[in-house]
Amino acid sequence: MAEFTLPANSVIKSGKTWAAPAGATRVKNFRVYRYDPDSGENPRWDTYQIDLDQCGPMVLDALLKIKNEIDPTLTFRRSCREGICGSCSMNIDGTNTLACIKAIDACEGDVQISPLPHMEVVKDLIPDLTHFYAQYASIKPWMQTQTPAPPDRERLQSPEDRKKLDNHYECILCACCSTSCPSYWWNSDRYLGPAILLQANRWVVDSRDEATGERLDNLEDPFRLYRCHTIMNCTNTCPKGLNPAKSIAELKKKMIERR
Amino acid sequence: MSLLTPFKRASGLGTTSDGVKHWWMQRVTAVALIPLTLWLVFAVAAHSGEDYATVTAWFAQPFTTTMLTLFVFTAFLHAVQGLTVIIEDYIHHEGVKIAALIGMKLVLVLLGTSSILSILRVAFAG
Repeated sequence: MAEFTLPANSVIKSGKTWAAPAGATRVKNFRVYRYDPDSGENPRWDTYQIDLDQCGPMVLDALLKIKNEIDPTLTFRRSCREGICGSCSMNIDGTNTLACIKAIDACEGDVQISPLPHMEVVKDLIPDLTHFYAQYASIKPWMQTQTPAPPDRERLQSPEDRKKLDNHYECILCACCSTSCPSYWWNSDRYLGPAILLQANRWVVDSRDEATGERLDNLEDPFRLYRCHTIMNCTNTCPKGLNPAKSIAELKKKMIERR
Repeated sequence: MSLLTPFKRASGLGTTSDGVKHWWMQRVTAVALIPLTLWLVFAVAAHSGEDYATVTAWFAQPFTTTMLTLFVFTAFLHAVQGLTVIIEDYIHHEGVKIAALIGMKLVLVLLGTSSILSILRVAFAG
């Protein structure tokens, strides 16, 4: 059955509070999900009081400050710190987003940070994305052609055809959308989820790709594609402002078109 | 312990090459239900307070019988398709899922058939 409550060993207990340094004037509480599978203990909420006058503007700045100056055991992924690598995706203030482009000021009251929802947690804020990446591999995310490329130049694409890749090429595979989707929570074993379907459509609409039929064949399935019930959490949460729901709708339209 | 590779797990048993028809029919029945439901609401409201003989006479008119039968047929078809998706979404035990799908369909076929027969009976036998 779908899981609506946490198993006993996943119930989150309250954890430690790390007080702000004396003399701090602009203090904000960061409630951070902590979990270490090796410890055998339940997950907990640790609270870190941060002086915003001594901290950068983004949530990632606060996390780095915590790791560097307060508690080096806090574990999370990060790399580019400018919203292009997709590493620091996590749930902040109840919405999946990238910590590096989420301003602390945009969070009312305490800032609550937890890993991407309904994924197995490796440690603290790091979810296991193995299955997500395997699903990505399953749609063959590369150009497939029969016609050889012209010997003296690249494959050409008209500006109109290039425009069809908009809303697709910007995707950084951070998994914010897929892990915000209830359908993906309940059926990710078979449902590909919004991120992978958006990527699938990226190759279906590419004017240079010649495997359109096979790509659609590979998606024609009650679970792989049709578990999308247009809940629209994906579009609501995408930190890059993309619209995965629209890409999925385009795929469904093509399925009808080719009948 | 399972030593399946992530790719093997993600590929599963492959695609069923199915689902388009179900999805499309659910949309078609949804659209069809808009005029059918509007008609039903206004038609029934227009006949409220009338006595049994007048209403059965109205039922017996060919247009009314057709519309009522179409409404019940479309509504039950739509319900079967919707409930199928809900059961597939939330029930993950294979045996329970199949039992629920079959049970749901049997119940809805029973209800749908008896509804249509009731309409026809009133229309033709009064």
